[in-house]
Amino acid sequence: MKQSRIIPWIGFGLGALYFLIPLIATFEFSMRMERGTYSFKAYRIVFADPGFQSSFAYSAVIAVLTIIVGVALVVPTAYLVQLKLPRLRPVVEFLTLLPLVIPAIVIVFGYLRMYNSSSILPLTGSARGTDLLLIFAYVMLSLPYMYRSVDTALRTIDIRTLTEAAQSLGSSWPRIMLQVILPNVRVGVLSGAFLTFAIVIGEFTMASLLNRPAFGPYMQLIGANRAYEPAALAIIAFAVTWACMGLIQLVANLSPGSKR
Amino acid sequence: MAFLSISRLTKTFGTHTTVKGADIEVERGEFLTLLGPSGCGKTTILRMIAGFETPSSGTIRIDGKDVTDLKPHQRKIGMVFQAYALFPNMSVRDNIAFGLKVAHRSAAEIDARVKEMLELIKLPQLADRYPYQLSGGQQQRVALARALAIKPQILLLDEPLSALDAKIRVSLREEIRALQRQLGITTIFVTHDQEEALSMSDRICVMSEGRIEQLGTPFEIYNYPKTRFVASFVGTLNILRGKVTDGAAGRVQIDGQEVVTNRGLNGASTGDEVAVALRPEALSIGRANGQSNNLDGVIDEVHFLGSVVRIRVRFSDTAVSLDTFNRPNAAPPERGQPITVNFGREDILVLEGPAH
Repeated sequence: MKQSRIIPWIGFGLGALYFLIPLIATFEFSMRMERGTYSFKAYRIVFADPGFQSSFAYSAVIAVLTIIVGVALVVPTAYLVQLKLPRLRPVVEFLTLLPLVIPAIVIVFGYLRMYNSSSILPLTGSARGTDLLLIFAYVMLSLPYMYRSVDTALRTIDIRTLTEAAQSLGSSWPRIMLQVILPNVRVGVLSGAFLTFAIVIGEFTMASLLNRPAFGPYMQLIGANRAYEPAALAIIAFAVTWACMGLIQLVANLSPGSKR
Repeated sequence: MAFLSISRLTKTFGTHTTVKGADIEVERGEFLTLLGPSGCGKTTILRMIAGFETPSSGTIRIDGKDVTDLKPHQRKIGMVFQAYALFPNMSVRDNIAFGLKVAHRSAAEIDARVKEMLELIKLPQLADRYPYQLSGGQQQRVALARALAIKPQILLLDEPLSALDAKIRVSLREEIRALQRQLGITTIFVTHDQEEALSMSDRICVMSEGRIEQLGTPFEIYNYPKTRFVASFVGTLNILRGKVTDGAAGRVQIDGQEVVTNRGLNGASTGDEVAVALRPEALSIGRANGQSNNLDGVIDEVHFLGSVVRIRVRFSDTAVSLDTFNRPNAAPPERGQPITVNFGREDILVLEGPAH
């Protein structure tokens, strides 16, 4: 191997160890629930726990709804910014980055102040209202990822010419969005969607402070009271995230019209 | 009444006026080319016809109906773009069918029309391919089929050949013209390539800085340019400095040698300095007798271009280029060799404005 390639490989190896050692250690620990032997007992206990099932299902449903609202908000916005309002792009990019700057706890306290049961819009007054608030909060939290994914995908196609081509063929705006633009940014939308899913599944602060039965607070509860199950939960959460990443790759490769 | 009528069309972006009061009339089935350099306003006119830009003033009428304020999807116009603009997520078949589906045609009708279009562009075997699997020329033919499938009132072509390589460009322009004749569709073609314009068009509209310089047949535009811009933009032109020595007789002195024109002096009179234009193909080597003009000079450069040999002849202050056909049994002349160039009286074009 050439001298010039050894240093990058050492860097890569060190980086890989930095990420893999804690993961392997966690996985190894999660298998040691039974004395003297490795087993999946911690995983069996976690999967059999009704709390796990209900909290995971709750977070999954909230994640799907967050994705739907997020796509409906972000795709037309990013499209219009590129097509009609390119000067607004820096402003929109700054706004979408704000959730990375403002801590979630500040946002959720702001929500509680704005939407408490004695406000004009008392969303926290009911369980469904709070769910709605949580979805909006997650849409905002996922904006940096969703907007960037969609915006990058939009930049790879000539949306102005495609829009004009569709218009000249008699197409209306809704049809252009649904049949021309959305299918061609599908990979970006799905990337954003899977990242959103991964964020929502593991989110703790907002769900906990809004007192919702989500997967994040459940993991915290298990972590505070059990020994091996939290390690198993951490591995499960990693697996879900990796599955999402794998799906992004899969969808990107299987999109009609994409080069393989 | 003209099928497409553009009247006093003006478009202003901010403080810059891109199109300045254009008047164009296009007959049904005619192939009109908007020709001009970048930024002359030709594409803006096309985009206003398509409805992608709103005119600042003026009207556009198609078949007698005012379409100036109609949305693009209400105009029934087919457009082909320089960048092909095929929908990447759709197969060739679906691309061609798109406009028909939008118009809610029956499945059988769509199927039949798509087949017809694929036959027309001679690509029936590629119906299930995606755009990325096609060459540039194939993509542009599919784009043409997609635009024609909806049976548009007018076909707009926005520099459709610019992104293609030279050989494909020539063959595709012949195909486009043949299709246009076959279908009899009124077509507006935008290009900055004079060869495309001259070879394809029924009429050419030459534009410069937002204004129409001249509108006429390719023959008129090339042989009888009305403005200095048209003369210099269309075709290769030798421009020489001359002085009118006898306005009544059409005598002009070039580098101390006298020539005579019978095409008029474009308003110049005896003693005026004028710009004299000569096409390279109008010049021949050798001394001619009778009514022709002769200029004596020296060979400055010889460029062998394959079928043609381009020779640059220098007089005392100025020079001209002339083209002769390559003949394998006659070697090209050599640099420094004295030479006489002759041309007819009708080949001299005195341009408007002062000599530079």
